[in-house]
Amino acid sequence: MTAEAAARVGVSHTARFSPAWVAERLQGAVLHVAVISLTVAWMVPAAGLLISSFRHFTDINQSGWWTALAPPYNFTLENYVQVLQSSNMGQSLFNSFMITIPATLIPVTIAAFAAYAFAWMKFPGRDWIFLALVGLLAVPLQLSFIPVLKVFVSIGLVVQNWGFVGVWLAHTGYGLPFSIYLLANFFRALPSDLFESAEIDGAGTLTVFFRIVLPLSVPAIASLVIFQFLWIWNDLLVALIYVGGTKSVAPLTVTLANLTNSLGQGYNLLTAAAFISMLVPLIVFLSLQRYFVRGILAGSVKG
Amino acid sequence: MASVTYENVTKRFAGDTVAVHDLSLQVKDTEFMVLVGPSGCGKSTALRMLAGLEDITEGEIKIGDRIVNDVPPRDRDIAMVFQSYALYPHMSVYDNMAFGLKMRGTDRSEIDRRVRDAARILELDPLLKRKPRQLSGGQRQRVALGRAIVREPQVFLLDEPLSNLDAKLRVQTRIELQKQHRALHATFIYVTHDQVEAMTMGDRIAVMKDGILQQVAPPREIYDHPANIYVAGFIGSPTMNFVPVTVHEKAAKASGFEIELPRAVNVEKGILGIRPEALTERPREGHPGLELKVEVVEVLGSDQFLYGTCGSDTMTARVEPQMKVEVGDRVRLGIDPRQFHLFDVETEKALL
Repeated sequence: MTAEAAARVGVSHTARFSPAWVAERLQGAVLHVAVISLTVAWMVPAAGLLISSFRHFTDINQSGWWTALAPPYNFTLENYVQVLQSSNMGQSLFNSFMITIPATLIPVTIAAFAAYAFAWMKFPGRDWIFLALVGLLAVPLQLSFIPVLKVFVSIGLVVQNWGFVGVWLAHTGYGLPFSIYLLANFFRALPSDLFESAEIDGAGTLTVFFRIVLPLSVPAIASLVIFQFLWIWNDLLVALIYVGGTKSVAPLTVTLANLTNSLGQGYNLLTAAAFISMLVPLIVFLSLQRYFVRGILAGSVKG
Repeated sequence: MASVTYENVTKRFAGDTVAVHDLSLQVKDTEFMVLVGPSGCGKSTALRMLAGLEDITEGEIKIGDRIVNDVPPRDRDIAMVFQSYALYPHMSVYDNMAFGLKMRGTDRSEIDRRVRDAARILELDPLLKRKPRQLSGGQRQRVALGRAIVREPQVFLLDEPLSNLDAKLRVQTRIELQKQHRALHATFIYVTHDQVEAMTMGDRIAVMKDGILQQVAPPREIYDHPANIYVAGFIGSPTMNFVPVTVHEKAAKASGFEIELPRAVNVEKGILGIRPEALTERPREGHPGLELKVEVVEVLGSDQFLYGTCGSDTMTARVEPQMKVEVGDRVRLGIDPRQFHLFDVETEKALL
């Protein structure tokens, strides 16, 4: 007898505690336990990191972070102060922004135009080009470091001459396949009636793009911006290759990585620095989240 | 305002699918022309070619005296109402209606005047600031129509505009559309699969099947004088009875009854077509008649439909609702001698 059948017969005590009833309750409970324990598993290291960042260097070396939760409380802001003052953090933060913002906006802008063309314009070889583009998703970016860097050096596109332009271009290249793929699929799902209606209304290709496609694609573009922003903000490898560790140009990730090298065991500073670097993506995510409006297309077609 | 002319228009899609075959059709200025047929008959494709949304494979389409084959949609001076309405979801009702005019660089005060006029006609004034998602189906439909009206186009194209509305609203909107047509004094081309819409709205009806135009005529004529079996069966509900008969001079003999034709036809076999309402519950003296063995009785309040057999042929009769009929009864019905059709077995064309 299933739980539903039992419920239909009438709630007797045997039915309430029948194996099926227990199994169903257990299923819900198991799910909850699993979700909660996963969340805890993810939260514990982050919480430990956060607490450690407010502890003294000597305390960190002597005891685990959880001991700080019991009195006597002995927290300090010293780590944060030290990191911001001494370790080139201000400059790195600025550099990170200088790299991340253009390297997010450039590929997303290009991808939006390209995706529109792939989704709604007819040109010879469209599907093959798109397929090749999707194929690029599978190419590991490490493969490109040496050839691309060689080209950059040979044409003089290096940090000393052009600042961050090289790394912007690199990130643009690495980000485009996924960005175009994501947006093209989204654009393709827009109802074709809208485009035809706009065409009859007299809107040209660009007008349709700016007045119809972009406003309707805000959720997709917002998620793409978040992806791309996080990926570049957290990127160490590409920055290290194309920018390097020079203090005046190193982004946050590179500076953070150097922190352990130069200060050895000083991971009290590392914890504080990590939280400073996490702050920005958090703000970006929370501020763009409200654009994930479901059903933005509602009311366009069908009743 | 303008006429529309299709001259031997053919549309082939990739893979040699012929959607429209050699269509020639003249829509007069200010006429309400309905293209009707089952789904896949090419009626929508014919409309979309006129709108410029599909290329024309062969032939010419003219709006007025101008050949528009190579004219882009925006320069054809047409407006289209889509089945899905295709409203811009992120724009207010006002902006939806104003969009086409803005694209044409119409003066701002002129845009405002036209939008407010259309809104008043369609009773949309209180909704101008709303977004499409805040509107009911009927309101969206009116916005879609309003968007067409403000453009003041030469030709209105309507692609099944009522099919997303519920039955009651559909009837209301049907009447509304006819009023608008008269008020606007414009050429309407209306595509539908619904023969009731076609019959009630069209000045003339063009019946299509498999990409081929079957007949173009005013509703009354289509109903009374269908050109072939297909048109006869498509228009009218319940559908016309088709009974195979053998013909000898003026006498046509079916499996269960015999009838005298108004004049002799030169065939040996034919298909007799009798509309359900041509079978009357009061057989008149001297009129032909038949005996129907009733199998199903449907009472609709205003009508009563009897489904049954006569000889080896199944037949439907439409009789008065007051008539008491039980399943299994044998009912004597008269045949109105002016209301039957004879079709050729081979060509399926009307002989009488």
